[in-house]
Amino acid sequence: MHINPLKTETLFYLGPVPITDAVVTTWVIMALLVLIAWLGLRKMTVDASPLQTALEVLVETFTGQIGEIMGKKSARFVPLIGTLFLFLVFANLSAVVPSAKAPTAHIETPAALAVIVFLSVHFFGVRSRGWHAYLSHYTRPNILLLPLNVLSEITRTFSLMIRLFGNMMSHEFVLAIVAFLAGLFVPIPFLALGVLIGLIQAYIFTVLAAVYIGAAVSNSAHE
Amino acid sequence: MDIQMVSIIGAVVAVCFGAIGPAFSEGRAIAAAMEAIARQPESAGTISRTLFVGLAMIETMAIYCLVVALLLLYANPFVG
Repeated sequence: MHINPLKTETLFYLGPVPITDAVVTTWVIMALLVLIAWLGLRKMTVDASPLQTALEVLVETFTGQIGEIMGKKSARFVPLIGTLFLFLVFANLSAVVPSAKAPTAHIETPAALAVIVFLSVHFFGVRSRGWHAYLSHYTRPNILLLPLNVLSEITRTFSLMIRLFGNMMSHEFVLAIVAFLAGLFVPIPFLALGVLIGLIQAYIFTVLAAVYIGAAVSNSAHE
Repeated sequence: MDIQMVSIIGAVVAVCFGAIGPAFSEGRAIAAAMEAIARQPESAGTISRTLFVGLAMIETMAIYCLVVALLLLYANPFVG
């Protein structure tokens, strides 16, 4: 096999910008999510349509779960973290659709998502605690630990990216090898396993993002 | 032995030995979580969520080894 997982194929150029198939898949997923939300919430009524009820159940579940992780003031994080989870579920499961590839199996999409989490940790941290209090938590418990704290900030973002990329990409590799060894019917259980892996990785990514943001925000409540 | 062969052997060794530690520790973590759930089934939700996060942390070590192996195989800086 001569498939390099670190390189992507360019589909076409938009001016000087190369557009890969991962980007196109991401656009399709975004359009799909917006379409579902628009269809479900076009005419909101108390006597809700099935789609609106499903969306309401989803939002309530997210609110409950995120509240358990992040504590009382978690309502303003529900849009960010819920969207992250929905997008990841769709992205990880898009490999199930024939001829589509999961965009998270290329390193760019997980990198972009990890950067979003990294930036929002600092944004929410600074906004809820102020510059001074937020930056001084890096010197806690001791000023000597400042380099280690900064390093852990970088490595955990990196590992967030690598975990998602590694899991999705390696599963794609396993599927390719199995299909190469025995083409008919044998890859089906591996495909089913892929659905499970995609859901679990989406869950883990989201929970870790919630834990990181919650840790950046909530220290102020105890002090 | 040229640089390609050394890289392949290096990738194999990285994945082999890098998988041992995380496998052991993930087993221990799951066993501990199972015991805790058996003792207190009502707190199963919290335990399993913490377990998932912990497993993700442990798994990171194995994935770092995978990344090293992939770098050796596909993005080796010493192969022209």
